[in-house]
Amino acid sequence: MNRTVLLVEDSPGDVRLTKEAFRDADPEIDLRVVVDGVEAMTYLKREGVHVDAPRPDFILLDLNLPKMDGREVLAHIKEDDDLKTIPTVILTTSDAEADIVTSYKLQANCYLSKPVQLEEFESLVKSINDFWLTKVKLPQQALSN
Amino acid sequence: MDKVKTILLIEDSPGDVRLTREAFRGVEDVLRFHVASDGAEAVSFLRREGVHGYAPRPDLILLDLNLPRMDGRQVLSVIKQDDGLKTIPTVVLTTSVAEADIEAAYQLRANCYLAKPVEFDAFESLVRNVSVFWLKMARLPPQNQALC
Repeated sequence: MNRTVLLVEDSPGDVRLTKEAFRDADPEIDLRVVVDGVEAMTYLKREGVHVDAPRPDFILLDLNLPKMDGREVLAHIKEDDDLKTIPTVILTTSDAEADIVTSYKLQANCYLSKPVQLEEFESLVKSINDFWLTKVKLPQQALSN
Repeated sequence: MDKVKTILLIEDSPGDVRLTREAFRGVEDVLRFHVASDGAEAVSFLRREGVHGYAPRPDLILLDLNLPRMDGRQVLSVIKQDDGLKTIPTVVLTTSVAEADIEAAYQLRANCYLAKPVEFDAFESLVRNVSVFWLKMARLPPQNQALC
């Protein structure tokens, strides 16, 4: 099944790494990238250039983003009746307990810290694919649209 | 050093309890593993009522949907509406693959939804996957959240 993943990430290096790791794990994945929080919301609300954007099955969200913070993006997603069922996983360099607790309070589905080592980062993305996009049952788009 | 993790499994099938416990112990040998075999008991455990007065707060909850006394959906909504409990990652692990159940569980803020495979080996491998991902990869909220 073709999965659409929305990656909300401003670091070009991490975007590239994530793209490559997903491509290695499953080339069928349709990975869409937005580089700040405002663009993430524009994408999810299908506004402007994103009017024909496919609804993501899964969202990977960095916390520290330009224009609109990842925490705010998360709050918007989880307050929106149409978007809130989309599993949203935080992927960030922060491992501060306050960020972990805040994210789960804002209903992040899961919180992951970005490893510093390249190989560990690749292996984490592979685990995300193996678990969230393979084992986990994601909500069907038709029901929530 | 990681602190010892506490898992609460809410499951009424003794076979599934055994298998899940073994899979989790295989991934992390020092683990507090608690089982509630119906929904009402799960809520008493989480609220530390009655015999559960000294129950530890779980780091992770595994929840079946079809349970005696109180349904898993009800347990899920109790957890996710309680300010003290809602940050605990709650993984639905059930036999149902009905889309309506999947959708409803995410609406009720399940952290993730997994369908139990019918075959023993596949079930074992799924539970191992769940335990590796949630215990080794994911960052769980700390037990003591006073700082936040």
